[in-house]
Amino acid sequence: MTESDSRAASVAQVLHRHGGRRDALVQILREVQEQTRWLPREVLAQVAAGVGLTPAKVEGVASFYRFFHLREVGRHHLLFSDNVTDRMTGSRHLARTLCRRLGIAPGQRTPDGLASVDFASCIGLGDQGPAALVNQQRALTRLDEPRVVQLADLLRAGEPMENWPAEWFEIDDHVRRADVLLGAPPMRGEALRATLARGADATLDEVAASRLRGRGGAGFATADKWRLARTAAVPEGGTRVVVCNADEGEPGTFKDRVLLRRHADAVFEGMTVAAHVLGAKRGLVYLRGEYRYLLDGLQGVLARRREAGLLGANTLGVAGFDFDIEIHVGAGAYVCGEESALIESLEGKRGTPRIRPPFPVQRGYLGQPTVVNNVETFVAAAHIATRGGAWWAGIGTPESTGTKLHSVSGDCARPGVYEYPFGVTLEEILHDCGAGHGSAPGRPVQAVQVGGASGLCLAEHEFGRRIAFEDVPTAGALMVFDAARDMFEVARSFAHFFAHESCGFCTPCRVGTELVRRRMDKIAEGHGSMFDGATLEALESLLHGTTHCGLGASATNALRDTLARFRPAYERRLQAPDFQPGFDLDAELEAARRVTGRDDPGAHLERHG
Amino acid sequence: MSTFRLDGAEVPFEDGDTLMSAAVRAGVHVPHLCWHPRLGQSGACRLCTVRVSGRLAAACTTRAAPGLVVENRTPELDERRRMLVQMLFVEGNHFCPGCEKSGDCRLQSAGYELGMTGPEFDEFHPQRAVDASHPRLWLEFNRCILCKLCVRASHEVDGKDVFAIGGHGIGTRLLVNSPSGRLGDSALEPEDLAARVCPVGAILPKRRGFEVPIGARRVDVEDAAAAGAAAEPGRHPEDDDARS
Amino acid sequence: MPDPDDLRDARHEAPPEAVREAPRETSRETPRETPRRLRIATCSLAGCFGCHMSLMDLDERLFPLFERVEFDRSPLTDIKHCGPCDIGLVEGGLCNAENVHVLREFRARCRVLVAVGACAINGGLPAQRNAMDVGQILRSVYEQRPGLAPGSAVPNDPELPLPLARVHPIHEVVHVDHFLPGCPPGADAIWAFLGALLDGREPKLGRGLVRYD
Repeated sequence: MTESDSRAASVAQVLHRHGGRRDALVQILREVQEQTRWLPREVLAQVAAGVGLTPAKVEGVASFYRFFHLREVGRHHLLFSDNVTDRMTGSRHLARTLCRRLGIAPGQRTPDGLASVDFASCIGLGDQGPAALVNQQRALTRLDEPRVVQLADLLRAGEPMENWPAEWFEIDDHVRRADVLLGAPPMRGEALRATLARGADATLDEVAASRLRGRGGAGFATADKWRLARTAAVPEGGTRVVVCNADEGEPGTFKDRVLLRRHADAVFEGMTVAAHVLGAKRGLVYLRGEYRYLLDGLQGVLARRREAGLLGANTLGVAGFDFDIEIHVGAGAYVCGEESALIESLEGKRGTPRIRPPFPVQRGYLGQPTVVNNVETFVAAAHIATRGGAWWAGIGTPESTGTKLHSVSGDCARPGVYEYPFGVTLEEILHDCGAGHGSAPGRPVQAVQVGGASGLCLAEHEFGRRIAFEDVPTAGALMVFDAARDMFEVARSFAHFFAHESCGFCTPCRVGTELVRRRMDKIAEGHGSMFDGATLEALESLLHGTTHCGLGASATNALRDTLARFRPAYERRLQAPDFQPGFDLDAELEAARRVTGRDDPGAHLERHG
Repeated sequence: MSTFRLDGAEVPFEDGDTLMSAAVRAGVHVPHLCWHPRLGQSGACRLCTVRVSGRLAAACTTRAAPGLVVENRTPELDERRRMLVQMLFVEGNHFCPGCEKSGDCRLQSAGYELGMTGPEFDEFHPQRAVDASHPRLWLEFNRCILCKLCVRASHEVDGKDVFAIGGHGIGTRLLVNSPSGRLGDSALEPEDLAARVCPVGAILPKRRGFEVPIGARRVDVEDAAAAGAAAEPGRHPEDDDARS
Repeated sequence: MPDPDDLRDARHEAPPEAVREAPRETSRETPRETPRRLRIATCSLAGCFGCHMSLMDLDERLFPLFERVEFDRSPLTDIKHCGPCDIGLVEGGLCNAENVHVLREFRARCRVLVAVGACAINGGLPAQRNAMDVGQILRSVYEQRPGLAPGSAVPNDPELPLPLARVHPIHEVVHVDHFLPGCPPGADAIWAFLGALLDGREPKLGRGLVRYD
């Protein structure tokens, strides 16, 4: 069988498994690529024919996601995690080393087609990096020079992944501080039984009494969201839908990774509790593509729960309580963490945020009332269903009840996941994680980035502030930077992130994030002046309020915060009194120098006037 | 009669109206590039950003509601719009002097209307290939502003789905649905709405150009009207045959 | 007042003592001095001089203009280098090394720098070559096309300015204070623009005067 025939057979098989459903397009493409390694034009055409969409439409969906390859990649495709904390552990140096040993540049494929190397946005392993994904399916952690050298040999020899050292793939959970969620034993139906005993209405009241707020970052009152979906009209033949947002794409966030590995039962139980409250029949988990290696484990937990009657038709013996959960795996798109873009992706489309209103609770997945909640929110909801709302409300602060998980990384001795009641000070977290004891022990902490690239950057004088919606809100990421780190470079790395992750739908974000990235690069190369500072401020102002969604609106948060708090890091780079070009004028003459064979003074230009 | 306030004047609206559709019906001009009376909602260009009871929002995706206080043509909002137009100019290759659409181009008019005198940002100099494979139409992708009017028109009105959007971020681009990926073997015909709805010079008929003399072009007529009719509220003549 | 037909600039020759201008007398009865004329420098970099032609299109409005300005370095004078100037009008974009030198001189010497016309503002027509490789263009023209004399090569005299890989608008190399768009901007637009500058107002061209073609 030729390669083309075998690809066609794979496509047919995957199409059949999904019944040729259009809304399964993203899953179809992902599963096809897992067998065919990349998506050549004829594969896209075959998929299009199979789902009844135009080839251009299918190409449009495929080309949106960063993990779908429309150009051939190596038999082994390495994606190095490229968050700023990854870089602080030397990830870029290792990637370059690997590339050098393979004889390629990042983004390229070896001539024999055996390997290719590239970078990916944060893959959620900042506590055990440098890390890399292999073929978007498995993760290598704790990479170092010896491992990378050995990896180069294995790649050049075409050695299959199964034969690589097993310890390279080890993933630790690094639970450093457990509280009521992380410290709980596996949940095997207690929350569900309590919900059924109490009844749906009363359970919703408990969630309301708990004052639980969403743990994905926005902090919307969970009970309100459930109530809105509960009362929204269901289209003919439809159902209400419970969606778990396990996209966790915010750089520096990996707390859901740990919940999905250690507390999957609680996640699914929380979803099932919500399903009972809403009368929902369908549950979906949107698992980020970077966590593909968790899929088998999660499917196993689901299978076990079905067998135990905790899921599926007549759950726990209750007639009419038919709820089951499907897992959709993403394909590399930070914007799909936004709930309406997530739903678009679940429907097999490009992950472009929707126009709101209507909100997902009114018209969400396939037009049905949909609750989208974070992984941690469902775990909390499950515990609240068991132990009651007053119990949860008694923890934390009046405005921010309960506990919050934090994923801590960067310059600290003990990166990992910490659970604290809301109201904890940054100081306390920094003390517990051994902050300031990274590569150079004893260095004071200069800055903390709370809530990821789109969050807040705080300086030392603010470490007394508290983690809470009313003070310093967070979805969970906490990145520590000691005094030796360059905060301008931190902001620049975030600027690159947002430009890379912009979905491209609206003008200000698509072009604006690219303009910010270029301007930051220009300043980094030493050609900044006060004029560039003014341009950045103008872009920052435009992006707030003019964009189609929150990605664009928060794209310049780190720029704004670091400019305000770490001005010297910028000012020493904006020294030039005159405007400087952002490109090398002398390099612009190189082509002409070459064809004329000239190198006299007149054949050169000074970079600055 | 339900109304909302737009720049101090009461504007009536009907059920289902957005701020944009109500404003257009009332003859009030809200700057825009990707809105069209016949096509579904967009929200892509963001030029129609207005201030609704203090908060910024796109007029074309915001439902009209009684009592809303909306600011439209303020210096601050026009400054934002001007920057958006500048972004579109630098993202593509918008060489007006050599473009067949000059004088009838909505991007150009937006620039004139908002007083854009220069791009101020650095030009991107994209090098996208021109598609002249079709016998009667051609595509200049360097002028595409990703308003997606052609995509929507082809889907909603023509029923042909000739166009789609591909890529992501700054690499977002227009795709042609055909075996070759080029327009020549697509189903597009010049009579289709998708072939006529492009607000800029990205989708153009072949063998036609510069037929209307300078001074008689749409933008010349509009500017003359604006100069001579200072007493009238800002009116945007919907004279494009593609808008009927 | 100096004779307007006298285009000589004292900086370019060593005038004999006799023809040096006598110092202007200030009388105690009329202490108010006439305001000095602003100095304007103009140039065309990679431009077609169409913008300069449009300046000439001011026609009779040139006379009141000359009451208020004096031209320094410009195609209209024979002054080879800018002195200190109030306003610099730059037509044309940056296509070669010499353009960059001239632009830098203008930025250094002119208080207010104006990019005039499409080419200075966005690269204009010359920038349409940015889709091609300049080395290949030179080779194609001087070494590869049919009909060349044997031994034809890309000219490499050190006096020739080398072309840049891409044509750039001038604001990408120096800070520009104002943009006066058009291809060319019409005389009315130039008149409105200069009038505002000379009056010390922020130039704000209304509808009908702003054109990109």
